[in-house]
Amino acid sequence: MLAYILRRLAQAVVLVFVVATLVAAFIHLIPGDPVYVILGETNVTPERVAAVRAELGLDRPIPLQYAEWLAGLTRGDFGDSLTSGRPIGGDLLLRLPRTLELILVSTLLSVVIGVPLGVLAASYRNRAPDLAVSTFALIGVSAPVFVVGTLLLLLFGVLWGVLPATGYVAFGDDPARHLKHLILPSVTLATLETAIVLRMTRSSMLEVLAEDYVRTARAKGLDGRLVLYGHALRNALIPVLTIIGIQIGSALGGTVLVELIFNWPGLSSYLVTGINQRDYPVVQAVVLVIAALFILLNLLTDLVYAVVDPRIRYG
Amino acid sequence: MQQTLPAPRAMLGAGSTPAGRGRWALVRRLRQNRGAVVGFALLAVVIALALAAPLVTTHDPIKINPPARNLGPSPEHWMGTDQFGRDVFTRVVYGARISLPVGLIAVAIAAVVGTVLGLLAGYYGRLVDGAVMRVIDIMLAFPGILMALVVVAILGASLQNVMIAVGISEIPRYTRLVRGSVLSARENLYVDAARITGLRDAAILFRHILPNVVGPMVVLATLSVGSAILAAAGLSFLGLGAQPPRPEWGAMLADGRQFLGSHWWIATMPGFAIALTVLAINMAGDGLRDVLDPRLQSR
Repeated sequence: MLAYILRRLAQAVVLVFVVATLVAAFIHLIPGDPVYVILGETNVTPERVAAVRAELGLDRPIPLQYAEWLAGLTRGDFGDSLTSGRPIGGDLLLRLPRTLELILVSTLLSVVIGVPLGVLAASYRNRAPDLAVSTFALIGVSAPVFVVGTLLLLLFGVLWGVLPATGYVAFGDDPARHLKHLILPSVTLATLETAIVLRMTRSSMLEVLAEDYVRTARAKGLDGRLVLYGHALRNALIPVLTIIGIQIGSALGGTVLVELIFNWPGLSSYLVTGINQRDYPVVQAVVLVIAALFILLNLLTDLVYAVVDPRIRYG
Repeated sequence: MQQTLPAPRAMLGAGSTPAGRGRWALVRRLRQNRGAVVGFALLAVVIALALAAPLVTTHDPIKINPPARNLGPSPEHWMGTDQFGRDVFTRVVYGARISLPVGLIAVAIAAVVGTVLGLLAGYYGRLVDGAVMRVIDIMLAFPGILMALVVVAILGASLQNVMIAVGISEIPRYTRLVRGSVLSARENLYVDAARITGLRDAAILFRHILPNVVGPMVVLATLSVGSAILAAAGLSFLGLGAQPPRPEWGAMLADGRQFLGSHWWIATMPGFAIALTVLAINMAGDGLRDVLDPRLQSR
């Protein structure tokens, strides 16, 4: 097991390095010149363009820029933003926790709501509760994040005004307002996740409930609830766990839209702004961080899988 | 009772082959699947509206009409008008003409490229397999939508590039699926037989192995049209896809967001259209999967 973990970790490091290189290579293909973004439309002269380019180090050969960037990474230095001039590392540290918070809260919501509803649907298969829950799940998978977000924003933020529509307040400044601002974006993000966790739990439970050992448990007179939760759910949860791992990953992608809708100053909105402003170093850094997170997450999912299911042995 | 039903049909078609009967059985089983019936019916309505767009709408989807701007839903404008006085219903109907083909083309790109890569990796193994799967690993190092986002950023914002980007981001799923199927299919005796008779690799791959791996691939493709439409609309929502004044659902939603407080219909109507269309596709796809591939059944 330890050898397996070490090998996977080594592979992950290599993969992150390859991704970093590819991103650095491709990012220069983004059309448009950041210098023009910085100078604006009005005061563009060839001299000023050259001056800004030299000041930012953009006039040097790309391999050199890349080497310096890599060297900086080892010191935790991601370079400076072309547009704000601030160190990117600092911005990342500020924004990463906000995005992780959204992902964590929405994943928790999806498990707390999705697993019990999935069990409910499975134990009432093809009867009213199942149909209601399955219909909700189907709508949940079909409704796009930005439609759900916009609707929630319209209802709770604009029409009824019970929750703040957009924006962010730091927890340290005002914990209560921080949590209020957190509700709409995390519920939006959780809708799709809940639907998927629910569907997976339902089908996995149905599969397990048909197993011989469940019939045996029932036949020897065990309490129905004990069979359901003690015997069936424990085994049914294994595939659900993998799905949750995949879901956290896609929630990471979902934050791109959610952060934009709710004006949440996280990592993904940093990326979108970076793309719009041709801020190469920012895009490069955010893509790298997200890829590293994602790779780590996949590794963790595999490991958790191995711990939960003793039948799986990695060599 | 049930067994007597196929008989008249078998008599009707003189040239009724086993394949023909199989197809009828498929349709019959689909008709018994309530979700599939509702899904296909809804989808048929959406497709019919898209095809007949000029006939069912009374306004122009692009031309602005300032005097009629921001009107609420009424008999004249079922879904109201937007900030430029355009009829929202007309634009939503024309939007189907964009989103449906975009989803299909994106999936086609992913399915074709992904399947070819999977065939090559699974059949040749060793170096080819190693190379293909490492590329797939790298692609899987990003959440799908982010991959598409970066590709669009590099190619430039346009609807065409959105199709390519969404297509690329979905390739890994097909490659993995097809590679797995090929790995087991190539152990079959008929593959050895084909090789012994001197068939070329290409012929073995496409004529003998492909038909045996195509089933699950088609199911995956059907199921992912919905998510491809969502991803494409999401990119347009971010401003990276269809550009105004094209009536693309995601772009319309993004456009109408600033008027949520005063004119809610501008943003919500295209939102409902996306959700309904994807719902129809998902219901149809789920039904098709249950019928075609009982092993994947979501009991």
